[in-house]
Amino acid sequence: MSMTISEKILAQHAGLEEVIPGQLITAKLDLVLANDVTGPVAIQEFQKFGTDKVFDSKKVALVPDHFAPNKDILSAEQCKVMRDFARNHEIEHYFEVGRMGIEHCLLPEQGLTLPGDLIIGADSHTCTYGAVGAFATGVGSTDLAAGLATGEAWFRVPESMKFIFRGTNFQKWVGGKDLILYLIGKLGVDGARYRAMEFTGDGISALSMDHRFTICNMAIEAGAKNGIIAPDEKTFAYLEGRARRSYPLLYSDKDAHYMDIQEFDVSEIPLQVSFPHSPENAKSVQEASGIKIDQVVIGSCTNGRLEDLRLAADILRGKKVHPEIRLLVFPGTQTIMREAMREGIIETLIEAGAAVSTPTCGPCLGGHMGILAKGERAVSTTNRNFVGRMGHVESEIYLANPAVAAASAIKGQIAHPEEVS
Amino acid sequence: MGKAWKFGHDIDTDVILPARYLNKSTPEHLAAHCMEDAGTGFAQEVQVGDIMVGGKNFGCGSSREHAPIAIKACGIKVVIAESFARIFYRNALNIGLPIMECPEAVAGISIGDEIEVDLAMGIIENRTTSKQFQARSFPPFMQDLIEAGGLIPYVKGRSKNA
Repeated sequence: MSMTISEKILAQHAGLEEVIPGQLITAKLDLVLANDVTGPVAIQEFQKFGTDKVFDSKKVALVPDHFAPNKDILSAEQCKVMRDFARNHEIEHYFEVGRMGIEHCLLPEQGLTLPGDLIIGADSHTCTYGAVGAFATGVGSTDLAAGLATGEAWFRVPESMKFIFRGTNFQKWVGGKDLILYLIGKLGVDGARYRAMEFTGDGISALSMDHRFTICNMAIEAGAKNGIIAPDEKTFAYLEGRARRSYPLLYSDKDAHYMDIQEFDVSEIPLQVSFPHSPENAKSVQEASGIKIDQVVIGSCTNGRLEDLRLAADILRGKKVHPEIRLLVFPGTQTIMREAMREGIIETLIEAGAAVSTPTCGPCLGGHMGILAKGERAVSTTNRNFVGRMGHVESEIYLANPAVAAASAIKGQIAHPEEVS
Repeated sequence: MGKAWKFGHDIDTDVILPARYLNKSTPEHLAAHCMEDAGTGFAQEVQVGDIMVGGKNFGCGSSREHAPIAIKACGIKVVIAESFARIFYRNALNIGLPIMECPEAVAGISIGDEIEVDLAMGIIENRTTSKQFQARSFPPFMQDLIEAGGLIPYVKGRSKNA
């Protein structure tokens, strides 16, 4: 029977010849992930199993990134719970502050997420790893605890939706973020609820891995279970020197069934801005032009990778951040930070007047390092602009790509990069 | 019987439990801040046995299990919505918070209505308007999980039988 890439990965991990959408399966996991917010709750549930060992200490990743470096005493206690657990269980992939990164930037960079893998993470943006051709999905802490104990999880095989991006003639500065915001604008925040989103076409092939991570990262914002891009030469090049185990090459069959197939011409997609308070409120940047802002955030698991920082630096080089704007930059990992230093990106950003932080989720979820006051507005390269997400319930977030964010930081209002170049 | 608290579409987990309170995970702490950013005074006024009603895509956004834990710890008997976001759906069942998908009931319930719910039969009765609704029942697999009392006892039971 013909299957999609998502169905093939699930079938293989369930030990089945084939699976069909709607089928409930139990499948073996290649990686189980938690952070300092979801980890402690999962650890508490894990202890109820009465088992004293995780299923495989090499297949667990624990990353203190949400409220780390510890933002307050309670957060310090939560990080400590996870750190102690990692030590007691000899978790190989525990990443301490100073060596860590934002989990969804860090784990692919470390070669821990490979094509054909089945991964669960107690973080909704676990779907990011679909960019390397893995089936990766977010779960809660109890599901994660079961995964830690058994190395398995149950799944309902999702129906697949195919999104074909045609053409390689992208408008200037348009990238993965614009494609996914545009798509969520068309689908709505529940348009792919429970589904597998498969991204394909020569438009996707033309994009670098960093852009692909951005696209798959936001599959959850359309309600999807996972987002996935089949591995190609760019994937293999990215994995060269990172992957420390072999991986299967799985591809959707030509006659695989999709519940929906939609096509887009990339040349018709302009720079996007998602208005408060939902990612689905996507409009062209022109429609947002002139909206006064107070803060700009560049970083996160969506847009905290080297190419994102490079793009922001290209816009900001030789320019100054508007006097009334705070520009906060969060490189995704220590490696990205170091590369950005070597390339002079950090120098350029600081010279322009940006505050550059050690990797953390920070203000993305209203944790720390850039909380908004009542009535304040931010342009952010993050993934969510829900009510109160970055601070006060009466603050506002406009989602955009790093070029639009950098241009807006210079202008003091939402701006097209052309306006500052 | 309980009073209905009604919210709109796409109620996200940041609204159910704002991230600024995620530095502690005890049910009492989470309950005290449940629905805080919806601005309805919910956490202060909710009574044990009340029900929560939402539109489509209830519980979208973050995977934080703190959200259903907060709702359950407030004493909410059941959440009825037009549809649920998938991670919230799993999390609610996994921690033993009953949820029901029933668009007709959502349309037929107003804020403050007195609601009676029969979880086993999937029947929702609006005592204020004297209307009755039949919710979709769970698939057998899910019924087993609920009967076991959530995921942890379910998995424990299975590993014992293996």
